[in-house]
Amino acid sequence: MTKTLTCINCPLGCTLEVTTDQAGTIVSVSGNQCIRGVAYATMELTNPTRVLTTTVRIEGADIAMVPIKTAAAVPKGLVMAIAASLKDTVLRAPVARGMVVTHDACGTGVDVVVTRTVPAKAPAGENPPDDGMRHSGLVPRSTTKR
Amino acid sequence: MHTPEVVVIGGGPAGMAAALGAWDEGARDILIIEREESLGGILNQCIHNGFGLHRFKEELTGPEYAERYSTRVRELGIAFWTETMVIDMSPDRVLTAVNANGVHQLTPRAVVLAMGCRERARGALAIPGSRPAGVMTAGTAQKFVNLDGYLPGKSIVILGSGGIGLIMARRMRIEGAEVKAVVELMPYSGGLKRNIVQCLDDFDIPLLLSHTVTRIAGENRVESVTIARVDAQRRPVPGTEQEIACDALFLSVGLLPENELSREAGIALSPVTGGAFVGESFQTSLVGVFACGNALHVHDLVDYVSAESDVAGRNAARHAAGQSFPLDGIPIATEGGVRYCVPSCVNPARVGREVTLRFRVGDVYRNKRVSVYLDDERVHTAVKRILTPGEMETVTLPGGVFAARPEASRLLVTIEEKA
Repeated sequence: MTKTLTCINCPLGCTLEVTTDQAGTIVSVSGNQCIRGVAYATMELTNPTRVLTTTVRIEGADIAMVPIKTAAAVPKGLVMAIAASLKDTVLRAPVARGMVVTHDACGTGVDVVVTRTVPAKAPAGENPPDDGMRHSGLVPRSTTKR
Repeated sequence: MHTPEVVVIGGGPAGMAAALGAWDEGARDILIIEREESLGGILNQCIHNGFGLHRFKEELTGPEYAERYSTRVRELGIAFWTETMVIDMSPDRVLTAVNANGVHQLTPRAVVLAMGCRERARGALAIPGSRPAGVMTAGTAQKFVNLDGYLPGKSIVILGSGGIGLIMARRMRIEGAEVKAVVELMPYSGGLKRNIVQCLDDFDIPLLLSHTVTRIAGENRVESVTIARVDAQRRPVPGTEQEIACDALFLSVGLLPENELSREAGIALSPVTGGAFVGESFQTSLVGVFACGNALHVHDLVDYVSAESDVAGRNAARHAAGQSFPLDGIPIATEGGVRYCVPSCVNPARVGREVTLRFRVGDVYRNKRVSVYLDDERVHTAVKRILTPGEMETVTLPGGVFAARPEASRLLVTIEEKA
């Protein structure tokens, strides 16, 4: 069987023709202009993986969504399933970058983690802890919500 | 009146790197002014990974990359004002900024312009048809989805295969929307191969090269768009039209450096990049005003923005401390398909160890040489298997190149045949 892939290692983007035998073993790779094309084709045909990045809702923060990712690449075929499994997840601020949202997402052994530190919303009438105004000598103002 | 040593306009990756560069050079009274609610700029909505491979040797998401810088800004106690807009910069470097506390005038000793860029919008494209809701830039859609938690459409066509358009194709699919096609006017995509494979091919989203949108239909909401093939002159070919039902059209058709402030201050801008002309020290034509990042010229990798902005910030601090960086020295010319070069001139006396030239080409070239000449002497050459408009090129010249040729009066960056 022959499969066509685009190598992503560099801007050349070689079109790779990958031939496999009946057992799925790679017999030949052609069209690549360097050795990296072979490694890429092998990976893509035997165990293609991707990092999933998406968002989930967060409550008690000044922002509505918090970005998350799989802490490592997961099998490509499970990307949508992992995304779907996170659909109804709601986090509560504060959260710190690296905090685990889900352990062992869809049995991959990979955790889903937060990629942005989000402080809790400051009580009304106080500056949010992040507000650079504290350095400015300007009069503090109450927190506004967009 | 508040008079910091260095004011940085913009708290995105360029602004933060410039402020940290200024700090590392000894400036202590630094102020970053940011229009949005938090530091980070566009990185906050770029939740995908792939940032930082050059800078940190690991693959970070946009928010993670931003946090590396914002954490250090906070740790050092560098001042930043958020939700604050600089509305004017005078030719004598007086800044007027507005926020909820009122209007502020600042007279810093040095300014760094790090306002970033904006997306080209529908108005710049002259697409016929009605004006329903659902037509927006890819970056606006990205903000809706990633920051605000709204899905701005369920059935999408994307015009333009720039980076954000490709990223949003995948993003919409992960959020459950249907992406009908990515339509690209040019015969090639300006996007990275990696994004074409991982954002389009992975999800079986068709990329239609040499196609454009010729009509947008819909009353209150987009109901369909008509696409057509274009000829070599990029004119739609009659008879090739096809109508695609959709409820949103995202535009990913180019980025424009944001330079209203620079223009008001009378800073000389390049008609090619849309950003300021700068010398090797990143000072603009206005003394004490430096520029970097996407406000200077549009980058494809944030890693290079950080590197460039660090130098701009350091020089801003040096200017505040009394050094001067006039826009003088050897002018840099470009030829043979090289569209522009940043910087636009080099003063050998200020080059030091090395100077980095950053430039883009206007077309796809295969197996050519990128060469740099100082007067008639070739001082750098490298064979490139491919050069594309979508990938910024860099050449680093050691200071010795200039020291050995003190009489040189012209630097040329060009593309040549391989032989």
